[in-house]
Amino acid sequence: MANALAPQKRMTIGEGGLALALTALALLTIVIAAKAYTPEYAFHAYLFTAASIAAVFAIANRYFSRPAEKPPLFTADGRPNYNMGPVKFATVAAMLWGIAGFLVGVIIALQLAFPALNLDLPWTSFGRLRPLHTSAVIFAFGGNVLIATSFYVVQRTCRARLAGDLAPWFVILGYNFFIVIAGTGYLLGITQGKEYAEPEWYSDLWLTVVWVVYLLVFLATIWRRTEPHIYVANWFYLAFIVTIAVLHLGNNPAIPVSIFSSKSYIAWSGVQDAMVQWWYGHNAVGFFLTAGFLAIMYYFIPKRADRPVYSYRLSIIHFWALIFLYIWAGPHHLHYTALPDWAQTLGMTFSIMLWMPSWGGMINGIMTLSGAWDKLRTDPVLRMMVVSVAFYGMSTFEGPMMSVKVVNSLSHYTDWTIGHVHSGALGWVAYISFGAIYCLVPWLWNRRLYSLKLVNWHFWVSTIGIVLYITSMWVAGILQGLMWRAYTALGFLEYSFVETVEAMHPFYVIRALGGILFLCGALIMAFNLWMTVNSQAVAGEAEIRLQPAE
Amino acid sequence: MDPTYQAAAEFSQQWGLVYFVTIFAVVLAYALWPSRQKQFDEAARIPLQED
Repeated sequence: MANALAPQKRMTIGEGGLALALTALALLTIVIAAKAYTPEYAFHAYLFTAASIAAVFAIANRYFSRPAEKPPLFTADGRPNYNMGPVKFATVAAMLWGIAGFLVGVIIALQLAFPALNLDLPWTSFGRLRPLHTSAVIFAFGGNVLIATSFYVVQRTCRARLAGDLAPWFVILGYNFFIVIAGTGYLLGITQGKEYAEPEWYSDLWLTVVWVVYLLVFLATIWRRTEPHIYVANWFYLAFIVTIAVLHLGNNPAIPVSIFSSKSYIAWSGVQDAMVQWWYGHNAVGFFLTAGFLAIMYYFIPKRADRPVYSYRLSIIHFWALIFLYIWAGPHHLHYTALPDWAQTLGMTFSIMLWMPSWGGMINGIMTLSGAWDKLRTDPVLRMMVVSVAFYGMSTFEGPMMSVKVVNSLSHYTDWTIGHVHSGALGWVAYISFGAIYCLVPWLWNRRLYSLKLVNWHFWVSTIGIVLYITSMWVAGILQGLMWRAYTALGFLEYSFVETVEAMHPFYVIRALGGILFLCGALIMAFNLWMTVNSQAVAGEAEIRLQPAE
Repeated sequence: MDPTYQAAAEFSQQWGLVYFVTIFAVVLAYALWPSRQKQFDEAARIPLQED
């Protein structure tokens, strides 16, 4: 029956080893679930058990249905045999998490305007939904975009198949499992109370394993490249992966109360803990939300504009200057606190110096269009990406300004900070991600984008949303800051705190409206992509350039 | 302030400056060296090559 010449099918060490490891994990977590101190932790342990067993079954199924030989590194015509399955999965996951994250953002924005929407339930209170929103948009949406694009870009620019057989799938499924654990944990009240690093010790350990595999897959793919030069986007991705690993380990050394408890205590204490937390927190901005997305900029904008990057030399200087300066900027989150004054000044100084690489990078991205500016008129995807770089320039101007101590004394703890973060998060990170996904989906599924007109709608609806968001938060923040520092002639505070809260109401309503528009834009996008994937229109040669001007 | 702190601060402030300036000079020299023009022009075209 079997072909005598075909090699005998053998389970690889990776398949067998991973299946064994996951079986062991399932056994361990079922014991933990049985003896857990709290039902919430038991629930998480059961999730680990279920996911491990499901993964073992998936590995076995995959083994039985796959051919005996490994997929070749090159196709018959000599082109690299790219592995795009994991990229597709992460792209879809990014879109779904994005919509979930934006929706939670709208809910908490409405809760701030109308506190009754807290529903008086612990699970839906602002304090639990807020980290759900931040993690969903940063780590679930942004993280999946970064993993998808990095696996795509590293393959295409190295002209090599993604390293590893199960490893890329382990990275993507493992990362999304981490998101599920983190997100459900917030709703159930499991948190270590560190901003942007809320997940508890066991989620952190799991993420460490996933992240190390991510680094190895990325490095091994670069290692087997057939293109001698390592393109600059890969440098940015590598800086993102390595630095996030260092930050994660540095910020999360915690000692659990027991292996049967979700609660842990951090090894750092007092002001050192605050310092490490904001070294982590600001570099999550610098290396997750900046370096990783700059990698997207350096690949997708040249590709979409069909022009090489404006200055490759500038991109190298941009890279080294950015990574050397960003790592020192964290203390600006702790102005006028117990942190030593010199450390605050150091953080401020490095933040100001960051102007140079940030604007160098912005100029490099925007000027890539020189000679091709007309494409902005005809291609809304490219327009979205260029506007994102403009927002990057704007928020990296605003950020250093706010890090100056005198400005910070007005802006800190006010909604101005929220406005600043969202001009970066919605304008820069989300827009460059949308642009990349609009490029990726037609490339991956070999389809023509269903409707450029809908991209145009998405662009304008969400741009109006962003403008409403950031302008209302500027006004709210400055008003708040001024009310807090207003004194009467007798030296008393002029306003009670609740009066400043009351004054925020109209701006919170405008902000929620902006968020709703942004969410609508993302829904338009999801519809457009759904129609793209399910259409029969195979990608043509001149799909973009023939679109008439609108 | 205790002497160990003073010594550590002085060392890191002085040699940190030297370290950063040196690294930056090396990066500038690498990126701007005239003979690398061709290599970088080719590198910039990597995303545009289809396979």
